[in-house]
Amino acid sequence: MIHVNGLVQRFGELTAVDGISFDVRAGEIFAFLGPNGAGKTTTIKMLTTLLRPTSGKLEIDGLNPATHAHEVRKRFGIVFQDPSLDGDMTAYENMEMHAVFYHVPRRERGERIERLLRIFELWERRNDLVKLFSGGMKRRLEIARGLLHTPKILFLDEPTLGLDPQTRNQLWTHVKNLNQTEGVTVFLTTHYMDEAERVAQRIAIIDHGKIVAQGSPQELKLQTGKDSLEEAFLALTGSAIRDDAASSADQLRQMARLWAGGRR
Amino acid sequence: MSVIYIMWMREMKRYIRSRAQIVASLGQPILYLVALGFGLGPVFQRAGQGNYVQFVAPGIIGMTILFSSVFSGAGLLWDRQFGFLKETLVAPVPRIQVMLGRTLGAATVAVMQGTLVGIVCFAVGFRPADYRQLPLALLFMLMIASLFAALGTAIGSALQNIQGFQMIMSFLVMPIFFLSGALYPLRDLPKLLAAIVSIDPLAYGVDGLRTALIGLSHFGTMLDAAVLLLGATLVLFIGSRLFSRIQV
Repeated sequence: MIHVNGLVQRFGELTAVDGISFDVRAGEIFAFLGPNGAGKTTTIKMLTTLLRPTSGKLEIDGLNPATHAHEVRKRFGIVFQDPSLDGDMTAYENMEMHAVFYHVPRRERGERIERLLRIFELWERRNDLVKLFSGGMKRRLEIARGLLHTPKILFLDEPTLGLDPQTRNQLWTHVKNLNQTEGVTVFLTTHYMDEAERVAQRIAIIDHGKIVAQGSPQELKLQTGKDSLEEAFLALTGSAIRDDAASSADQLRQMARLWAGGRR
Repeated sequence: MSVIYIMWMREMKRYIRSRAQIVASLGQPILYLVALGFGLGPVFQRAGQGNYVQFVAPGIIGMTILFSSVFSGAGLLWDRQFGFLKETLVAPVPRIQVMLGRTLGAATVAVMQGTLVGIVCFAVGFRPADYRQLPLALLFMLMIASLFAALGTAIGSALQNIQGFQMIMSFLVMPIFFLSGALYPLRDLPKLLAAIVSIDPLAYGVDGLRTALIGLSHFGTMLDAAVLLLGATLVLFIGSRLFSRIQV
């Protein structure tokens, strides 16, 4: 479903993603793990047509996101790591716009929106402007919106960041359900190893822009001789705390592109 | 179509919900109208040019539409800042539709602002020369708004952040306004200034408005309309190219 070979992304001097390769099979839940600034979000941006790779091969359902952006966009849904809601609109209006963007049939819209807003306990607040929501509520709405249509591939970029255990539980139950009943392929990143272990069939660990290990949770534990995925992760990526190199990458990019008109 | 509609609707809702902003954005045109209109009035009268409020009102309406449409169009930058832009960029819909809906919305908002300022002009004593020409005035307002809303969207697509917008204001939007003849007659200008004015699209917009509202024409209505339509098409084309290439 996803095929990546020798993928590279450079921002000026900085190489955010350095020749990674992996495959995600149709119908599986694939976790992409790594410390802050390892290149997770940059990879997702390339997979989801938001960023053109510097070099390397990339295929989503057999299509190249750089040349067939529109076709590729029809195939996936995404929950972004950072906010992407319209604060000047209500929760319901945000859901409605999404339904239009993703061609959810008109007669199904109301029902689906209500169901998801109820699951994530936002129904009572549906007519409030999103900018008045708390951080947790925004996050929940973001996820509810991402699940509004049923794509072939669902990208979840640290979806549970800042969520309470109840909501996390709701999310993963819903995602597993989508995966099992609709065969949705899921590509997720997270910092919570227990989540990765709970939902993912296969895992790839990225560090400093390179993939350092991939396999099932069981294989990773065997490979490192550790009892838990958390320990395996630390053994593979070291225990030093990382600065968020992503922000400096962003800064570099900002400078280089202030006037680039969307080109790199 | 539904994408264009929902993006247009979004601009409408934002506009209607920001009542404080609507009132605030009327401040500047009213200041120009009252301070300049009555301040320069006596000099204008003595120079044998007639009533300055009559003369300047179409210019102030043009100014309002210029600022309003560029600002709304460049609202893209705020969407980039707050993240909503990403939502529209990964959606499986043609980006041209997203861009068109947004631009039409910005243009509609600008026409509404222009109309409000027109009403204010009327309140301080401005009277159209011929009420039957009002539809023509509205048409010119629409053309001005479309051109500059498209420009705003193009700028929003090309810039990476809000900081850059200040530069655009100083070096593009303000000159467009001051060199458009919104505040002064275009007749007998120094050659250099006349040459610059003749490449300012707003000059044709203001001229069209002035023709419709007070029967005073410099370039001729046909040329005015042609320049505006051509300009709008060109900027829309460039804007859609830029918008379709945005990466985040």
